[in-house]
Amino acid sequence: MKINNVILRTVTKLAVFIILTLAVYLFFAGHNSPGGGFIAGLALSAAFVLLLLVTDIETIKKGIPLDFKKVAAFGAFLAVGTGFGAFVFDVPFLTQSFGNFVVPFFGEIELSTVTIFEAGVSFAVVGVVITIILSISEDV
Amino acid sequence: MVTLNFVVLIPFLAAMLNPLFYKKGTRLHIGLLPMIVAVSLFSYLLFYIPQIANGKTFLHTISWIPSYGINFTTYLDGLSLILALLITGIGTLVILYSIYYLSENEQLGHFYTYLMLFMGAMLGVVLSDNMMVLYVFWELTSISSFLLIAFWYQRKRSREGAQKSLLITVSGGFGMLIGFLMIYTMTGTLSVREVIQIMPEMTGHGLFVPAMLLVLFGAFTKSAQFPFHIWLPDAMEAPTPVSAYLHSATMVKAGIYLVARFTPIFGGEGIWFWIVTGVGLFTLFWGSFQAVRQTDLKALLAFSTISQLGMIMSMFGMGSVALHFGYSTESVFYSQATFAALFHLVNHSTFKGALFMAVGIVDHEVGTRDIRRLGGLATIMPITFTVSLIGSFSMAGLPPFNGFLSKEMFFQAAVDITELGIFHMDTIGNLIPIVAWVASIFTFVYSMIIVFQTFLGPYKEERLERPANEGPGGMLISPVILAGLVVLIFLMPNMLGNYIIRPAVESVFPTLVTEMNLGVEISAWHGLNTALWMTIGVVVLGILLYSFPRAWRWIYAIFPIGWSLNTLYNFTLEQSVKSSRKFTNSYMTGLLRHYLMYIYLFFILLVAGAFVLTGSYDFTISGNAEISIFEWIIALTLIIAAISILFAKSRLTAILLNSVLGYGVALLFVIFRAPDLALTQMVIETVTTVLFLVAYYFLPEWKKENEPRRINLSKLLISIGFGASFTAVALAVQNNRLFDRISTYFENSYELAGGRNIVNTILSDFRGFDTMLEVVVLLIAGIGVYSIIKLKAGNRGDKFENQ
Repeated sequence: MKINNVILRTVTKLAVFIILTLAVYLFFAGHNSPGGGFIAGLALSAAFVLLLLVTDIETIKKGIPLDFKKVAAFGAFLAVGTGFGAFVFDVPFLTQSFGNFVVPFFGEIELSTVTIFEAGVSFAVVGVVITIILSISEDV
Repeated sequence: MVTLNFVVLIPFLAAMLNPLFYKKGTRLHIGLLPMIVAVSLFSYLLFYIPQIANGKTFLHTISWIPSYGINFTTYLDGLSLILALLITGIGTLVILYSIYYLSENEQLGHFYTYLMLFMGAMLGVVLSDNMMVLYVFWELTSISSFLLIAFWYQRKRSREGAQKSLLITVSGGFGMLIGFLMIYTMTGTLSVREVIQIMPEMTGHGLFVPAMLLVLFGAFTKSAQFPFHIWLPDAMEAPTPVSAYLHSATMVKAGIYLVARFTPIFGGEGIWFWIVTGVGLFTLFWGSFQAVRQTDLKALLAFSTISQLGMIMSMFGMGSVALHFGYSTESVFYSQATFAALFHLVNHSTFKGALFMAVGIVDHEVGTRDIRRLGGLATIMPITFTVSLIGSFSMAGLPPFNGFLSKEMFFQAAVDITELGIFHMDTIGNLIPIVAWVASIFTFVYSMIIVFQTFLGPYKEERLERPANEGPGGMLISPVILAGLVVLIFLMPNMLGNYIIRPAVESVFPTLVTEMNLGVEISAWHGLNTALWMTIGVVVLGILLYSFPRAWRWIYAIFPIGWSLNTLYNFTLEQSVKSSRKFTNSYMTGLLRHYLMYIYLFFILLVAGAFVLTGSYDFTISGNAEISIFEWIIALTLIIAAISILFAKSRLTAILLNSVLGYGVALLFVIFRAPDLALTQMVIETVTTVLFLVAYYFLPEWKKENEPRRINLSKLLISIGFGASFTAVALAVQNNRLFDRISTYFENSYELAGGRNIVNTILSDFRGFDTMLEVVVLLIAGIGVYSIIKLKAGNRGDKFENQ
């Protein structure tokens, strides 16, 4: 079906980048202010959903050659993996640690293993949402 | 150092990495990685022998859930070392054998992944000190066994055999878990070593006997003891390497390991002695008695395994008496049965492994393992013949093979135990040597059947699938090594006895070890004692029975075919499937509204019920903040939108009104200064609306339903009840009179978790376990939706099934 949605398309081209930036911002902001892995994942999925709405699935698949099932699996693997990673340091399962590091140019920043865990959450959310939407819509 | 914990984890890692190796490895065989893993673990464990022989033990702990006392603790002592060496050693040989046994067209990737999974799980069982961890690994062995039995899942019988083994062993595992929990209740610890310390004071506890019985239930199902043995013959549908590895050398010995490990906890009691010895002896007899009538070589070996496992089990039962006497000469006397048990455990793995592999070669080469079609292969397959000869004669208990030594010790133990003055031994105790002796005659007969009916007699090529040839060289290596060991152990039994078996006996009797030497000098010649006379009797009678089968085979006709345990199993299975289907169909109507009603009703009952019971409905709202004008407006909008849904004419309107509700709630969050929640709510609302629209196409037409007033009324009641209880909960939460506040715990999130966003630190750090499992659930849900839609029934057809 062809619907003339020039406005939506034009807006999307810009909006997608804003949403993507927001998603990345939310992801890193989550530690000290509102945000976090889950919401960042949802925002990312929203960006993809918007793209899917204005263009067709084939174009998206060509443009973003990602298997979202694998993205979801990778996310779950990361999240569970950080749990097992704690064993290497001989601390209980899922123990997270953090510390302050001085990095050139950025100055002193805080790095935390929880970021990896949160990345896993984000990937899982994006992967699952897009997988579900794609598989239902492709079934038509 | 935590190297021992990694010994357990490495096979799991290998199982995970195997698929990658499978894709990349172009010329290398996929079995290579598992084999390297097995060989290196085996050689690594070998280095522990000298220290273990000196009485050292190794304990490593990785904290897992310390607050519940659940830690991944590995404990290596003599007993676990024997099993660990068997698992890795036989594992290496089996993998080598399987490389030649399975053709390249099979799903080798799956095979080796399952095999590695099993190896890790089994090492976990024998090395774990924590009962919960042990239980997890225990069930993992059942699962990997299930996967391996169903390796040729196209065959109906494989699937049935796999199902049977899983049902029986897992139900045993559940029983065992309950037993462990009882032990925990009694002793307050999950560590086996600590339980051993505490348990002697608990023998009068009301849970002592139930816990013992449940642990034994687990052990007996796993080790295929009567009457749970019926799964093992059906498990022979697995490829032969699997049968040799799981179903004769290692997994079925897990139950025996458990009995040995728990002997210091429960042993010394009359019930333990009688159950373990009695069940073991009867299994010994029943297995050998049934083995004689089998015509399939693998089925014969399966029953013979059952019988041999029973024999080892009974020896552990007899040995447990030593604990009753404490420090005395009698203890040493009776502990010899345990020594014999462990000795036979090793011997059985060698000769049975060799036999299974030899049978596999025969099956592989001629395409059948039915002894009525086989014969005369001795000259065509000389090496396989020699291996089978060594294996069978060892199993029959003949010199110069290791089976002779342990069989003699078994007879000796059975004779010795009759002198025991306790546990009513004076009355029925004399049956023990008699049953042992009769069972050994049958053992002799079926051992002869394996060799002579397969390899001697006329060669009947027309009845074989393919003309016979000796197996390929690579396939012969493993059985030849095992057969070599059979002879070597006979020649140098004390090497094994002193370095490996004595430390293991010491770990079965940790309380006795400080006072006395539990080692036994094994010698092939004891003089003409009772045990030797018994062996001579076995040989003479065995030869007679083997030569004149017609004279006594009528015994089998006594039992009607319909009266077997298998019939009972099938009947139970059929009935439970039938009745559970009936029950499920009665409430699974396929209508979403019914399911929602179940959920809401349950919620109302549970929450409102708890409210009424605890009196929490008695809350005040006087202390709440005033409601501002904005809040009134949003709330009114929400109410109007909610009520309008009921009168919506089209589905699209309903969906949009529903999202009005969602965004309205998000606005409320904004007003209450909860940007996190608002943001999440907004994005969720957006994504769900899209999902709704995507699914829109598939939904049925939106039309008015004409249902009787009565049903509509009940729906109304449920809705109001649900809404009311929810509102009550929301209002009562502010009062929190039931529990103490836990928020203080999270307030110093910055020091504890390094984040200032308390909500997020709770989500990903304080309660990280919840989030992790939610992620996994999300993934499972996603895969579920995907596979339901993409792999609809009918796409693949039934061509793979029911071959």
